[in-house]
Amino acid sequence: MSDEPLSADAGLPDAGPQPDRRAFLAACAVAVAPFMLDAVAVGEVQEQPQQAAAARYDPRAHYYGMGIDVDKCIGCGRCADACKAENNVPRDPHHFRTWVERYVIQSDGETVVDSPNGGIDGFPEKAADAGVLRTFFVPKLCNHCANPPCVQVCPVGATFETEDGVVLVDEDYCIGCRYCIQACPYGARFLHPVKRVAQKCTFCYHRITQGLLPACVEVCPTGARIFGEVHRRSSPLERFRRFNEIQVLKPHLNTEPKVFYANLDGQVR
Amino acid sequence: MQGYVYPNEWELHWGLLVVVYPYLTGLVAGAFILASLARVFNVREVQPTYRLSLLTALAFLIAAPLPLLAHLGHPERAYEIFMTPNRRSAMAMFGFVYAWYLMVVLLLEIWFDYRKDLVIWARGSSGPLAWLRRALTLGATDLSERSLRFDRQAGKLITIIGIPSAFLLHGYVGFIFGSVKANPWWSSVLMPVVFLFSAIVSGIALMLILFLVTSLLRFKPVDMACLDKLAAFLLYALIVDFSLEMLDFTQRLYEAEESINILAQMLSSRLVISLIVLQVLMGTIVPLLSLGLVAPTVRRQGLLKVPDELRRLIYMGVAILILIGIFSTRWNVVIGGQLFSKSLRGLTVYKIELLGLEGILTAGAILLLPLVILFVLVKVVPPWPDQEVKVEPEQASNAPVAVVQPS
Repeated sequence: MSDEPLSADAGLPDAGPQPDRRAFLAACAVAVAPFMLDAVAVGEVQEQPQQAAAARYDPRAHYYGMGIDVDKCIGCGRCADACKAENNVPRDPHHFRTWVERYVIQSDGETVVDSPNGGIDGFPEKAADAGVLRTFFVPKLCNHCANPPCVQVCPVGATFETEDGVVLVDEDYCIGCRYCIQACPYGARFLHPVKRVAQKCTFCYHRITQGLLPACVEVCPTGARIFGEVHRRSSPLERFRRFNEIQVLKPHLNTEPKVFYANLDGQVR
Repeated sequence: MQGYVYPNEWELHWGLLVVVYPYLTGLVAGAFILASLARVFNVREVQPTYRLSLLTALAFLIAAPLPLLAHLGHPERAYEIFMTPNRRSAMAMFGFVYAWYLMVVLLLEIWFDYRKDLVIWARGSSGPLAWLRRALTLGATDLSERSLRFDRQAGKLITIIGIPSAFLLHGYVGFIFGSVKANPWWSSVLMPVVFLFSAIVSGIALMLILFLVTSLLRFKPVDMACLDKLAAFLLYALIVDFSLEMLDFTQRLYEAEESINILAQMLSSRLVISLIVLQVLMGTIVPLLSLGLVAPTVRRQGLLKVPDELRRLIYMGVAILILIGIFSTRWNVVIGGQLFSKSLRGLTVYKIELLGLEGILTAGAILLLPLVILFVLVKVVPPWPDQEVKVEPEQASNAPVAVVQPS
């Protein structure tokens, strides 16, 4: 053995001359740099899918409507509840974007209709005075009419029809005159008590533009609500309209509603 | 609440303020049409009310937007009706009708009629009132025969344009209601016409009261010929108005469309006082009978000869009943249209407030405001016939000889 002190690489093959510190740091910088550029590039690449997604939604490529199968509605009220939660609708019983009505047609011919808190808490037992002929539940909402009287009367054009067939209200523009609320034959609109602007069902526009379903459709346990596109063969709505006899509410008013009811009783207004 | 109303219908949206608004514009239209009777149709007996009618129309027109602004959810954005109007909206287009009527018809007509008076009144006097009058002449101080003739011709032309404009002003409000197909109480071809004639009735009634009261307040003898003529026109307008309302009622009952049941229910449970008692009985039938008996129409002294003082009293009472009756008419249209559900299955109630922006006190203040404005107008540009300046053409170039300084 030699008298040289033991070095760390004793027993290891000779690594050659050691680089000096400056050269080492330079080499580090060169080694790290591509990763840093890569991090920046990754950030850009990550943004692109979102931008692409936003750019990819083309309202002209859609035309929305809804189908409602009255026979399937069980009056659970989950739709009305989900709507209020999803859209921050005031929880008092006088403001609804969607609600469920119960019809009790009695044997004496009289029809009794009610909608306690829009159906959110379900419906209380109802003892009919006379015998019951039939009962059913009818979900109601804005019909997103193709010929909307509410859009016609808005003095400032705050309510409008989008290219994808949804009637919306621009809350920053609405002056709160309430003419649209008067003009709607279906009672679908209300004035927000705090914001003091007109509000109504938006088909959950913030969801459908991302390929999701409206909240009421999403939570319906029986599939009584069918969301889809009008005139698109592949849409579930089109299938619904093929296999059911369709009615709309108040057709004589020529509002051309885009909410299509199957198995709608003649007593429904 | 009874029966079923849509959940969103529990709250009434157009309340007391929206009742006040067509009432005010109706008075504007009615007062103006009376003025045009004097100017265009040369009914010389009502000439003493000409300028007072114009100023009354102006005072009420200035106050009219107030209930609307107070009622809006966002009045600070109201200007958008003029900046970005939806041309398909009756309400938006009405903003332009209103602006047209105010600027082009009313203000211009008043200016042309008063120009020479303003020039003379401003001359030779000082103080802020004189300065204001001088400013109102807008610098057009020429009193030559040519310019006076131009004033008269322009005034006549504007009044001629003004008559259809006044019809449009209030008929349009009727259209705003009548064109709402969703509401069977409002949706009617007759709505603009009924609105217009009830406006004429209310306007003439108002002018009758104002003429009588201002004459008494100024300790002037009441011009009975004028009052009689006003009463006669009031009767004619009332006959037409009543016929139209009876026609609407009869046809509605006869056709018996689907909405008839709930409307009948509403009438008999919610509108008994305001419709049957105030609008029909006391607001139309009693005035019709009273005026029909005492107002000189076919016979120079009416069917029933009655001394002047009593006739004055009857006219005053009838005019007050009519003003209340027409207010009830507006109430029945606006509130009535919202008391029943569009499901045609139920009725709701209107919870009227005392205080607050939609309260009775606010409405009362808005109804009184035009009288305050009128008081100011009457001080600045007195409408009294005995204070009207008579300018002789040959003296026009100098200071006129006979000048009555208004107090």
